[in-house]
Amino acid sequence: MRYLPLDAVDRAQMLTRIGAPDIDALFADIPAAKRLAALLDLPNGLGEIEVERRLTRMAGRNVAAGSVPFFLGAGAYRHHVPATVDHLIQRSEFLTSYTPYQPEIAQGTLQVLFEFQTQVAALTGMEVANASMYDGSTACGEAILMAHRVTRRRKAVLSGGLHPQYSDVAATLGAMANDKIVRLPLDPLAAEDVAAQIDDETSCVVVQSPDFFGNLRDLKPIAAAARAKGALLVAVFTEAMSLGAVRSPGEMDADIVVGEGQSIGNALNFGGPYVGLFATRQKNVRQMPGRLAGETVDADGRRSFVLTLSTREQHIRREKATSNICTNSGLCALAFSIHLTLLGEAGLRRVAALNHAAAVDLAERLGAIQGVSVLNDAFFNEFTIRTPRDAAELIDDLAARGIIGGLPVARLAPRAGLDDLIVVAATEVSTLADRQAYAEALAQCLQGGRKK
Amino acid sequence: MSARGAKEMNNQGRPTRPNAGDAPRRGTFTGNRALDMEEALIFETGRLDATGVDFDAPAPFVSKLGAHARDGAIGLPGLTEPEAVRHYVRLSRNNYSIDAGLYPLGSCTMKHNPRLNEKMARLPGFADVHPLQPIATVQGALELIDSLAHALLTLTGMSAVAMSPKAGAHGELCGMMTIKAALAARGEDKTRTVVLVPDSAHGTNPATAALIGFSVRAVPAEADGVVSAEAARAALAPDVAAIMLTNPNTCGLFERNIVDIADAVHAAGAYFYCDGANFNAVMGKTRPGDLGVDAMHINLHKTFSTPHGGGGPGAGPVVLSERLAPFAPAPSIVRNGPSLSLAEHSEGTPAFGRMSAFHGQMGMFVRALSYILSHGGDGLRQASEDAVLSANYVRASLVDLMSSPFGDRPCMHEALFDDRWLKDTGVTTLDFAKAMIDEGYHPMTVYFPLVVHGAMLIEPTESESKASLDLFIMTLRDLAMSALAGERERFVDAPIAAPRRRLDETRAARQPTLRWAKPAPA
Repeated sequence: MRYLPLDAVDRAQMLTRIGAPDIDALFADIPAAKRLAALLDLPNGLGEIEVERRLTRMAGRNVAAGSVPFFLGAGAYRHHVPATVDHLIQRSEFLTSYTPYQPEIAQGTLQVLFEFQTQVAALTGMEVANASMYDGSTACGEAILMAHRVTRRRKAVLSGGLHPQYSDVAATLGAMANDKIVRLPLDPLAAEDVAAQIDDETSCVVVQSPDFFGNLRDLKPIAAAARAKGALLVAVFTEAMSLGAVRSPGEMDADIVVGEGQSIGNALNFGGPYVGLFATRQKNVRQMPGRLAGETVDADGRRSFVLTLSTREQHIRREKATSNICTNSGLCALAFSIHLTLLGEAGLRRVAALNHAAAVDLAERLGAIQGVSVLNDAFFNEFTIRTPRDAAELIDDLAARGIIGGLPVARLAPRAGLDDLIVVAATEVSTLADRQAYAEALAQCLQGGRKK
Repeated sequence: MSARGAKEMNNQGRPTRPNAGDAPRRGTFTGNRALDMEEALIFETGRLDATGVDFDAPAPFVSKLGAHARDGAIGLPGLTEPEAVRHYVRLSRNNYSIDAGLYPLGSCTMKHNPRLNEKMARLPGFADVHPLQPIATVQGALELIDSLAHALLTLTGMSAVAMSPKAGAHGELCGMMTIKAALAARGEDKTRTVVLVPDSAHGTNPATAALIGFSVRAVPAEADGVVSAEAARAALAPDVAAIMLTNPNTCGLFERNIVDIADAVHAAGAYFYCDGANFNAVMGKTRPGDLGVDAMHINLHKTFSTPHGGGGPGAGPVVLSERLAPFAPAPSIVRNGPSLSLAEHSEGTPAFGRMSAFHGQMGMFVRALSYILSHGGDGLRQASEDAVLSANYVRASLVDLMSSPFGDRPCMHEALFDDRWLKDTGVTTLDFAKAMIDEGYHPMTVYFPLVVHGAMLIEPTESESKASLDLFIMTLRDLAMSALAGERERFVDAPIAAPRRRLDETRAARQPTLRWAKPAPA
C-alpha cells in the first residue's frame, strides 16, 4: 500500500521492541467476541490509475456548471476564482498544518487569519470579525445563540426573506435548545413588517440582504426598532460579492453580521466546504463564538499573532463555553482572503459592477418574455421571476435543453404556495450569449409548454 | 499607484527593517535571515487601487441598486499577482506542516494527505457543481455520497449515516440532537435531561450537550484509565439521556468494558454516543455497531486523511444505530432503482430537522472516498494496525525515561505520558514541547486530556517510516536525558530557532487586538 511506509521487516522489529508476540496482542483490550476475524466487505486497495478512473466516471455523471449557461444562486454562487488562489492554498504549509496551537511555528496561518478578520470587518462595516465558521447557515444559527447570550432573552424572529435552509437550521437549533423561533412567511416582495414583530422578549431579528429572493433591503429602520426594544439586529447575506456594490450591514447599524463567504475564493463544491463569515461590535466580542487570532509580541518584542480569548471556548470552558465549535474553515478562509487581496477594493468594486450589470441585463431579457414578470425593485445579481408554468417543471425542461436556469422556490419551500417562482442569478462569468440563450429557451419552453 | 491609495493604505510601506530593535540579535540589515523572512501585513503594503485581477468595466447600464448603492471606501487593500504570490508564499514558510515533518498531535491524527485526493476533489464534475442543480444533473455527486456512506456503514457496522455535519463537533451536535429527537418520540425528552461524560472527554462533548439543554454529569475513570461498567451503572438513573464516551479514549486506551457499559446504558433506557475521533485505531479490527454504539461521528479529516488546512474545513458524518436511524436529519439520499434523489425536507417525517444548508462537505467526501478506494478493506486495516504499532513502538521506546500514567501496558494509536518524570527538573511539559520545536518537530498534544497532569499525548500515525520514528524517539530520549540532567536552558528558552520565540499570550487576551488598524500619525 503506497501510503504505508512500514514493511514486514520493520513491523517484526517493532513488535520485538514492544515485546508483543504479534499485532493482535496490541488489540487485546477489544473484547474477543467483538474482534473482526475476516476482512470487511470492502474491495481491496486500488492504484492511482484505477481510483482516478472510477471517480472521474462518477464526476462525469454530473453537469459541471461551467459547461452550460448557468444561472443558479440561492446561497451558492459561481464566480471567477483566479488560478493563483487554488495554487497558493495547496502550499503544503497551509494545506497540511493543524489549527495553530503552537504559534511559534504557525505564524503563516495566524497572520492570514488576522488579515482575514480585518478584511471581513472592513467588508461588513463592523468592528471585529472571527476567524470563520463552517458556513453561512451555521454562522446564522450561532449568531442567534450569541444574541440570546448578549440580551439574556431567548426569542428570535426570522424574516421571510431569509434563505429557507438557514431558517431550517435556526429552527432546528432553537427547537433543540428550547428557544423560541418565530419564522415569518416567505416574503418574495420584501413587503413584511419585521419591526412590528419585535417585542420585549425578542433577543434578535434576523434579516437577510440581498434576501433569498434577491431583494435589497434597508436594514436601518429595523435596527432602530430592534434597539428600541433592547433586541439585536442579525444581518445575513449569502452573496459576499454584493458587499462590493451595496451598503454594508455595519453602515445600517447591524449588531451581528453573518454570511456565506463561498463566493470569494471558493468553488461551488456541491454545497461544501464553504466559509462562514461572522462579525460584530467590539463590546460583544467576548460573547462571540469561534476562533480569534490576535496580535501580540514574542519574547524578543517582535510583532506576532496568536489564537486568543480562548476562555470563551470549549476546551477551557467545557459545558460553559460560548459554543461547541472547535475549528474554523481555515483553508476556505485562506482562499477567501487571497482572492480578496487579489481583487482589492478596486477589483471587488469592478467585479461587483459586472455582476450587477449581468443581472440587470438578464432581468430585462426575461421580463420581456410574454407571461414572465420580475418581482424585484432593487437587486444585486439575483432576482425572482414569476412564470406562467410550474417553476420546477420549467427548470427541468430548461435543464433538458442544457440550461441551468435557477432555483424553483418550491424546491426549498414546497408548501409555501410559491410554485411559480424562480430565483435567478447572473454573475461575471455569465456571457451575453449565455443570457440570450436562456431568454430564448425560456420563451420556447413557455410557448411549447402547457399553461397553468 | 494613485496618491490616494498610497496615502490611505501604504503609510508604512513594506518595512525593510520590521523591528529595528531586532537587528542586532538577528544580525542582518533586513531583519531576515536567509529563508526566514519577515512579512508585512497586506494593509501595510497593499493599495486601494491595486488589483491582481483584470476585468473590463461593464458597458453603461441603468443600475437597479436603488438607494442601496455603497458610497465611500471599504478599506480593502489590493496586491498585484506577483506581490500576492510572494506575500502568501512567504507567510506559508512560517508554518510547520505534515508534508515537512512528523506531526505527533495526539487525538488529531495528522496522517499523510494523499495528493490524488486533491486532484479528484478538483474534477469539474465535483468542484463545479451547484448543490441545488436539478437532480438529474447531479447523479454522480449523489452516487459519490452514497458510495462513501456505504463504506462508512461497512466500516462501523451501523444502520444509517447523516452525512451533513461539517466537523467533528458539528457531528457530535447532530448525534445528540438525534438522541434528543428519539427521546421526544418516546415522550421522555423532558425527563431525561442528563448526559454522562467522563472527565477525560474532549471539551466539545460537554459543550455540545449543554448547547441543546442537557446538563452534564461526570463519570469517573478507574485508576487504569478506562471507565468501568460499575461506574457507568452507578451514574445511570432515570434522568439520564445518554452517555458520551470516546473510544478509543483520549488516554489512548480502548474502553475494554464498553460492551458491558453499552448494555447498562441500554438497560437504563439511555443511548450510547461514541466520540469517534480516534477511529483511526480500529478500522477493520472491530465495529462500533457490534459494541452497542447508537451514534458516532467520524472525523473525515482525521481517519480519512482530508487535509486539516490550518484549522478546517473538516467533515463529521454521524453513523447511527437502527434505533436512531429514523431520526437522522435532512437531507438523505433516496434510491429509486438506478437513479438517486435527495429527501431535503423533514416535515412530516421523524427526522429532526437540518444541520446546515445543502448536503454536507462534498469536497471532503470526494477526498475521503478516494482514500478509502486507494486503501481498500485490506489497506484500511493495515493502516490501523500500523498506527497502533507505531504508537506502541514510541511508547515502549520512551517508557523507561518518561512516566506513563496508567502503567506499562499497550496503547492504541496514541501514547500518553504525564509529567511526573519531570518533577524537580524545573522543566514543564510546555518547556519540553517548545524544545521539540527547536529540534524540528511539531510538539505532541500537551495538557490534554485534563485528567492527566502535564499530559503529553503522542500520535505518530501510520504515515511514518521506521527511520522517521527512530529519529523521533532518539530525539525525545536526548531531550528527556537533557531535562533529567538539569540542562534547563535548553527548555525554558525554547524555541530559539523558530520564526518566533514564545509569545505573550496574556497580553493578547488582556488587550485584544483582533484586526489591523491604521496607526495614528506620528
